[in-house]
Amino acid sequence: MDYSQFFNMLPEATLMAVLVIVFIADFALHGNGKKNTVLYTITGTLMFAQAVPCLLADATTAFGGLYVTSNSVNVMKLILTAGTLIVMIMAQPWLNRDDVKNKAGEFYMLVVSTLLGMYMMMSSGHFLMFFLGLEMASVPMACLVAFDKMKKNSAESAAKFILTATFSSGVMLYGISFIYGAVGTLYFDDVTTRLSTSSLTIMGLVFFFSGLGFKISLVPFHFWTADTYQGAPTAVTGYLSVISKGAASFTLMVILMKVFAPMIEYWEYLLYIVIVLSITIANLFAIRQKELKRFMAFSSISQAGYIMLAVIGNSATGVAALTYYVLVYVVANMSVFTVINAVEQNCGGTTRMDSYNGLYKTNPKLAFLMTLALFSLAGIPPFAGMFSKFFVFMAAAEQGSFLAYFVVFIALINTVVSLYYYLLIVKAMYINNDESSLPAFRSDCNTRLALALCTAGIVAFGVFSCIYEWIAAAAH
Amino acid sequence: MDYSFVFLILLLPLFSFIVLGLAGMKMPHKTAGLIGTTSLGIVTALSYYTAFCYFTAERGADGAFATLVPYNFTWLPLGQLNFDLGIMLDPISVMMLIVISTVSLMVHIYSFGYMHGEKGFQRYYAYLSLFTMSMLGLVVATNIFQMYLFWELVGVSSYLLIGFYYPLQPAVSASKKAFIVTRFADMFFLIGILIFGYYTGSFSFSFAGDVVMADGTAPFIPVDVMKAVAAGGFILPTALVLMFIGGAGKSAMFPLHIWLPDAMEGPTPVSALIHAATMVVAGVFQIARLFPLWVEYAPGQMSIVVWVGVFTAFYAAAVACAQSDIKRVLAFSTISQIAFMMVALGVCMPGHHGEVLDNHAQLGFMASMFHLFTHAMFKACLFLGAGCIIHAVHSNEMSTMGGLRKYMPVTHITFLISCLAIAGIPFFSGFSSKDEIITACFAYSPVVGWIMTGVAAMTAFYMFRLYYGIFWGTENKELHAHHTPHEAPLNMTLPLIVLCVITVGVGVYTTIAGFAGWGGSFGSFVTASGAEYNIHFDLQVAATSTIIAIISIALATYIYKGEKQPIADKLYRTFPKLHRAAYKRFYMDEVYMFVTHKIIFRCVSTPIAWFDRHVIDGTFDFLAWGANEAGETIRPWQSGDVRKYAVWFITGTVALTLVLLCI
Repeated sequence: MDYSQFFNMLPEATLMAVLVIVFIADFALHGNGKKNTVLYTITGTLMFAQAVPCLLADATTAFGGLYVTSNSVNVMKLILTAGTLIVMIMAQPWLNRDDVKNKAGEFYMLVVSTLLGMYMMMSSGHFLMFFLGLEMASVPMACLVAFDKMKKNSAESAAKFILTATFSSGVMLYGISFIYGAVGTLYFDDVTTRLSTSSLTIMGLVFFFSGLGFKISLVPFHFWTADTYQGAPTAVTGYLSVISKGAASFTLMVILMKVFAPMIEYWEYLLYIVIVLSITIANLFAIRQKELKRFMAFSSISQAGYIMLAVIGNSATGVAALTYYVLVYVVANMSVFTVINAVEQNCGGTTRMDSYNGLYKTNPKLAFLMTLALFSLAGIPPFAGMFSKFFVFMAAAEQGSFLAYFVVFIALINTVVSLYYYLLIVKAMYINNDESSLPAFRSDCNTRLALALCTAGIVAFGVFSCIYEWIAAAAH
Repeated sequence: MDYSFVFLILLLPLFSFIVLGLAGMKMPHKTAGLIGTTSLGIVTALSYYTAFCYFTAERGADGAFATLVPYNFTWLPLGQLNFDLGIMLDPISVMMLIVISTVSLMVHIYSFGYMHGEKGFQRYYAYLSLFTMSMLGLVVATNIFQMYLFWELVGVSSYLLIGFYYPLQPAVSASKKAFIVTRFADMFFLIGILIFGYYTGSFSFSFAGDVVMADGTAPFIPVDVMKAVAAGGFILPTALVLMFIGGAGKSAMFPLHIWLPDAMEGPTPVSALIHAATMVVAGVFQIARLFPLWVEYAPGQMSIVVWVGVFTAFYAAAVACAQSDIKRVLAFSTISQIAFMMVALGVCMPGHHGEVLDNHAQLGFMASMFHLFTHAMFKACLFLGAGCIIHAVHSNEMSTMGGLRKYMPVTHITFLISCLAIAGIPFFSGFSSKDEIITACFAYSPVVGWIMTGVAAMTAFYMFRLYYGIFWGTENKELHAHHTPHEAPLNMTLPLIVLCVITVGVGVYTTIAGFAGWGGSFGSFVTASGAEYNIHFDLQVAATSTIIAIISIALATYIYKGEKQPIADKLYRTFPKLHRAAYKRFYMDEVYMFVTHKIIFRCVSTPIAWFDRHVIDGTFDFLAWGANEAGETIRPWQSGDVRKYAVWFITGTVALTLVLLCI
C-alpha cells in the first residue's frame, strides 16, 4: 500500500493528529484547577493551526478515487474549522460549570471527531466513504447532545436524535443500494457516467436525499430538529445548527451537482418542493415560538432552505454562493447562540423569550450584538447576511426557468416574514418592559472573544468583497 | 507628482470617528475634541498641499489640468457593471477639498467654545468626523455609485447632527423631516443612477476626460453614452433630470426646501458646516460633476434647472425678508444663494448665445463654482457669528437682540463684512462671484438676468435688515439687565476672523483682477472646459448690481437702523397678509401637511391600512392560526413519540418519490 497518499489528505491527517493529542493531553493531565485551561489552550491553538493545512491543501485525489478534494472543499473545511473554534470558545462558560468541568476533554474530542467525519464526508469520492464520514459525524454528535446527561432534556433529545438518525441512515442506505442496483458501482465518477433515469434511480435519489435532508433538517425530514435543539446544551445546539448543517449542505450540493448530474431535472424539482416547504413551514412555526432555542431551530430550518437555493442554479456561482452563505450564517448564528449561552449560564438556565424582555436596560452591549446578529440573519443591509442572501438569490435566478423564479419569489416573501420574527426578539430586548428582567452581569472573556469574532465577521464579510471573490475564485 | 497620500484625507476623519465613537464616552471632553480637531487639521494641511501641487502642475495640451485617479479599486464586481471605490482629483474636487476642510476645521475649533460643557460633546465630535469623511468621499468619488453611497452617508450624519439635542422634541422632528425629505429625493437620484448604469454600462465619470491611473493604465470601462443615445434620445435626459431631483433635495430647491429651515434645530456650528457651506451644495456639485453630460445630451432640460433655481432664489429671498429667527433668515438666505449657483450652472450652454459670449461660452459654470467657494466662506462666517450671538443672548429671536454692537465688537465687524460680501459690494468676495453669475444670466436671457439682479437686491436688503436688527436698533434692556451679553471666547472668534480674512482677501484680489483683467483669479483654476479664463467684469453689470446693492442697503438702513422703526411698522400694518404669508413661508409646510396627511394618508394610506389590517393581517392570522392548530395537532408526538417521527419521515420520502415519478 502506498502510504504517501496520506499526504494528499493533509487536513484530515492533521485533524486526526489533533484528536490524538487532545486525547493524550486529557489522559495525561490530572484533575487540578488548571487542567481545563491547559486543555482549552492546547485544543484552541491546534484548531487555530488547523487553518494551515486547509489553506495549503490542493485539489487532489487519493486511494483510487475514494478521496477527492477540490479548492472549494478546502475553503469549506477552513470555514467549518473556524466555526468549530468559535464553538469551543463560546462553550467555555458552560464547560467550566461544576457538573461539566471534569469532562471538558471529552467535549473537545467529540467535537473534533465529528469535524473529522464531516471532512471525510465532504471529500469523499465513493458512496461508502461518504456514508462512513456521515456516520462518523453523526454518532459522536449524539454523545454531544447528551452531554448534560444528568439533565432529562439533554438525554431525551439525544435519544430522539440517535433514533431518528439511525432511521434516516437506514433509508439512505436503502436508497444507495437502489443506485448500486441500477448502475453497479459506488464510485461517484462511474455512477455519473452510467446513471440513467428510471423509477429505481428516482427512488434511490429521493431516499438518498432524505438522509442528507435529515442532517440539514429540511422539511419534511426536520421533525427531530426542534426537540434536539431545545434539549441539547446550547453550545452543541450552535454546533449542530451551523457546522453540521454547513457540512451536510455542501456535501449534498456536490453530490447532486456531480453524481446526479444526469438526473438534474428531477432533483431540481425535488429542491423546489423541499425549499418552498422548508422556508414557509419553518417561518410559520417560528412566529409562534416562545422558547429561544426552539425558535432558533425553526429559524435554522428556514435558513437551510435559503442555503439550498444556491444549488438550484447548478453552477459555480451556486457553489460560491452556498459557501459564502454558510460562512456568514456561521458567524451570525454563532453570535446569537453565544448570547443565549451567556444569558443561560449567568441567569439560571433560562432560554425563554420573555425573559429577554428589557435586556437592553440591563445588558446593553449583549442586546446590541444580538441585534446585529439578528439583523444579519434577517438580511438587513449593510450586514453580511444581506449580501449572502443576495448571492443565493442570484445563483438561483440564474437557472432561468419559471419555477426557479417562482421559488425565488416565495423565498423573497419569506424574508419579510422572517424579518418580522427576528425583530420580535429585538423588540423584546429593546421595547418590552418587564419588572423581572434579567440581572446585569459581566460576561467572561471567552464570551467576549467569541462575540468579537462573530461581530467582526458580520460586519467585515459584508463590507470587504474580497472574501466573496476569494470564495468565488476557489469555486471556479 | 505622487498623490498616493490622498487616501489619508478620507482615512483620518474615519479613524477619528471610530476612535471617538467607540471610546469617546470614556474620554474627557478636551481629549475628544483635540482628537477630532487634530485629525481635521492634518486633513486640511493635506488638502492644501494637494491643491497646491495640483494647481501648480503643468496644464495639458488642451489647457486643462489633468484628471487624476490615484486610487481606484473594484468593490463589488457584478459582471459587466462594477461598483468601484476610489479617489479622483480634478479642479472641482480639489476646490471642494479646500472648501470642506477649511470650513470643517473652523467649525471644529469653534465648537470647542460653543459646545463647551455640553452633554454628548464627544459624540458631537464623532459625528462631525463622520460627516467630514462622508463629504470628502462624496467630492472625490470616481463614479456616481460611490457618490451616491457617500451622499447617503452625508444624509445620515446630517440626520444625526440635526437631532443632536435628541431630548428636545423639535430637534427630533426636524431631523426626521430632513431625513425623510432628502431620502424621498434620493430615491429619484438612485433611479436615475440605475437607468444611467443600465444603458451606458458603467457608473464612472470617465467622460470627464482622459483618466489615467498612477501606473499609466486607464482605470474604467468607458461610459458608452452612445449606447444610451442609440436606445432612445430621452434616456440620458431622463436619468439626468432624475438625478437632479436628488440634487434638488439635498440642495433645498423649491419645493423640496422645506427641511432646511427646520434643520436649524441642530447646533449652530453644524448649521454653518452642513447646512450652509458643504452638504447643501452637494446638489450643485452633482450637476457640475455631470456637467459634460448635461451640455452634450440634455441642453434642453437645463432650462428646468434654470427655472427651478430662479424661482427658488426669489421665493427664499422673499421669505427671508419676513423671518424673525436669525438662523432661519440665514437658512432662507442659503437656499436663495444655492439657487444662484444652480441658475448659473443652468444658463451656460455652448453654442447657445455663442455670439455674445464667444470665448467664455461656459462662464456660468465657473461663476457657479466661484460662488460656491465664496459663499461657503462668508455664510459659514455668518452662521458662526449667529452662533456667538445666540451663545450670548440664549435666543434665536431678533426681538431679544438689538444694540449688540457695543458688547460684541469682533462678532459685529465680521458679521458686517460677511453681510457686505453677500450683498455684493466690490472688494468683498461675494461681489466677484455674484457679478459673474449675473453676467452669465444676462447672456442667457435678459429676463433671468433682471430677476436675478432683483433677487440680489433683496439679498442685500434682508441681510442688512438682519444686521441692523441684531446689532443696532433698540437694546433689550430688560433682558440685558440680569445678563449682560459678552463677546465670545477666542476659540469662537478666531474662526470668524479667519473666514473674514479669506472673504476680504479673495474679494480684494478678485475685484482688482476682475477690473484690470489680470489672471490668477478663480477662472485660472476652475472652468468648464478646464482651460484658463481671465475674469473680466462686464462694467455695465458690475455698476448696475453695485448701485442696486447700495440702494438696498440704504433702504434697509433707513427702515431698520433707528431705535424706533416707524416705516417697518407701517409696512407691516399696510400689508399684514403679505407679511404673515412670508413669515409663514407662504404656507409651504402647510401644503405639505395637507398633501401628506389629507391626501396621501387619507386616500392612499387608509385603504392600504384597511387592506393590511383585514386582508394581509387576516391572511397571516389565518396562517398563524393554521400553524398553531397544526402545532396543536402535532403536539402528541412532539412530546416524545419517536416512532411517529419515523412515520412522517418515511411518508415524506415516499410522497416526494411519488411526485417525482409523476413528472
